[in-house]
Amino acid sequence: MKIADVICAKAVIPRLEAVKRDDAIRELIGALDKAGKLSKGSTADVARAVIKRENEASTGIGKGVAVPHVRHKAVKKVVAAIGVSATGIDFSALDKQPVYTVILLISPTEGDQHLQAMEAIFEHLQNDNFRKFLRQSETVEQIKELLVEADQNPSW
Amino acid sequence: MSDSVSQTEVEIRNANGLHLRPAMQLVDTASRFMSDVKISNGKTSVDGKSIMQVTMLAASAGTKLTITARGSDAQMATEALKDLIENKLCGEQSRQAERKSAG
Repeated sequence: MKIADVICAKAVIPRLEAVKRDDAIRELIGALDKAGKLSKGSTADVARAVIKRENEASTGIGKGVAVPHVRHKAVKKVVAAIGVSATGIDFSALDKQPVYTVILLISPTEGDQHLQAMEAIFEHLQNDNFRKFLRQSETVEQIKELLVEADQNPSW
Repeated sequence: MSDSVSQTEVEIRNANGLHLRPAMQLVDTASRFMSDVKISNGKTSVDGKSIMQVTMLAASAGTKLTITARGSDAQMATEALKDLIENKLCGEQSRQAERKSAG
């Protein structure tokens, strides 16, 4: 699975307005909804589910990245949104550091798509350059180019 | 003190596979030991103490992983990880408990 196929281009937010965790999650889910990726009227429930999961155990995996996610019947196909925060957001991350890149992932309730999408996302996230460029991106175009480039050159 | 090497094979048993939370449990356990821990799915070999790398394995249920520890507590590390992966990973047990409590 390629990361560019999972990320919804219309839900890429280079400058998150939100400064708090739950607001950032809602902002990204709102963008997915606007892009028509979630079944009608499900946004509030998806947000509740993601926040509940986040409260059980932080998805702030360190190095300025969080990957909030949930399996939900609002999607038939795995879909993800990206938000970049200039100020940093407290996600109670493993390394206690603020989060600058949020990748929100909504997966269908059945199947292996969730694990495959995670594999694609984490493969790139462990690359120092990928994280750095993502955090420095200022426009949707820059982020889209970065994703395509990362898919083409897995080892750059 | 001489380093020893210990290797064991495990199978992912929880239905949802090695998703983020079980991967974090695995990294937590691996990190308790001095030894280097490598986990391989046959194609990729990753550092068992790095959450980003372990999640990259995307191991679904039924996947067989090889755990190799190298260091003074290598054998304790592989035993603890095998026990964790085969018996204690979050997901499966909790769902069985939910089904029971749902009647």
